[in-house]
Amino acid sequence: MSPRVNLAEVRPGDSLPEVAETIERMDLVRYAGASGDFNPIHWNDEVAKAVGLPGVIAHGMYSMGVAARMVTGWVGDPAAIRRLKVRFSAMIEPGQTLTAKGEVAEVDGGRVLVRFHAEDEKGEKVLSKGEAELEL
Amino acid sequence: MPLNQALVGKAYPAVRYEVGREKLREFAIAVGETDPIYHDEAAARAAGHPDLPAVPTFAVVLSLRAGQVVYGDPELGLDYSRVVHGEQEFVHYRPIRAGDRLLATGKVAAAQAKGRHELLTLETEVTTEDGELVCLVRGTLLSRGTAPPREGRA
Repeated sequence: MSPRVNLAEVRPGDSLPEVAETIERMDLVRYAGASGDFNPIHWNDEVAKAVGLPGVIAHGMYSMGVAARMVTGWVGDPAAIRRLKVRFSAMIEPGQTLTAKGEVAEVDGGRVLVRFHAEDEKGEKVLSKGEAELEL
Repeated sequence: MPLNQALVGKAYPAVRYEVGREKLREFAIAVGETDPIYHDEAAARAAGHPDLPAVPTFAVVLSLRAGQVVYGDPELGLDYSRVVHGEQEFVHYRPIRAGDRLLATGKVAAAQAKGRHELLTLETEVTTEDGELVCLVRGTLLSRGTAPPREGRA
């Protein structure tokens, strides 16, 4: 179970390779089925509009799942991920592209703290205050 | 209607969950995770995992199951149509993996007013049936406009 990153080379300020995903409505339907979160605001425009939304919006946890790929892709071994946290700060609609960006904030022995966020095409943060605590 | 503060700290009956390989693959596909260790048993074993591991946000499935028990409590007074997701945190002790027989216990960890809104934190403790702690899931929901009126509030 060797991590993909080499701890000896990790430094605060290192950027993680970005992950970008253009969200299609089908992605939200698929995520609803896989997760069990069938809230209709994620797949039914009429229901979404009735509660004041412009139309369907992505599940916050779909966006977090996409952003988490940046961390898993960088570290390799999921057993290294000890803590993962985000704040949901804006909604994102199908047709838009979500981009996750992060960097190493702290290195303390084998413990690495990554701070990250995910933004839409206008640069608005969809996920903010993201933290991933890793033990490498 | 404001949330019932008396329920803070209350733990609800555990929900059983058996982790299947196809479910883990389905969830990995749904978040776009293509690394073979989440899909192929041989790749997972070659990387040192006893079976297919879950992606780190899969544990939300357990907290959704446990949350159905908590949010369905009429004593809590939660109107789910007023709710938006505020924050989410996972603390992993080891990856969830295929074959795990898990128990997810939901608890109302906090309920506090924030301006006109209320914040409700659900904490789900995920253990194996043998009592091994696997994961803690904390989800904070924002209940819009349900805070009790207070004098002198800005």
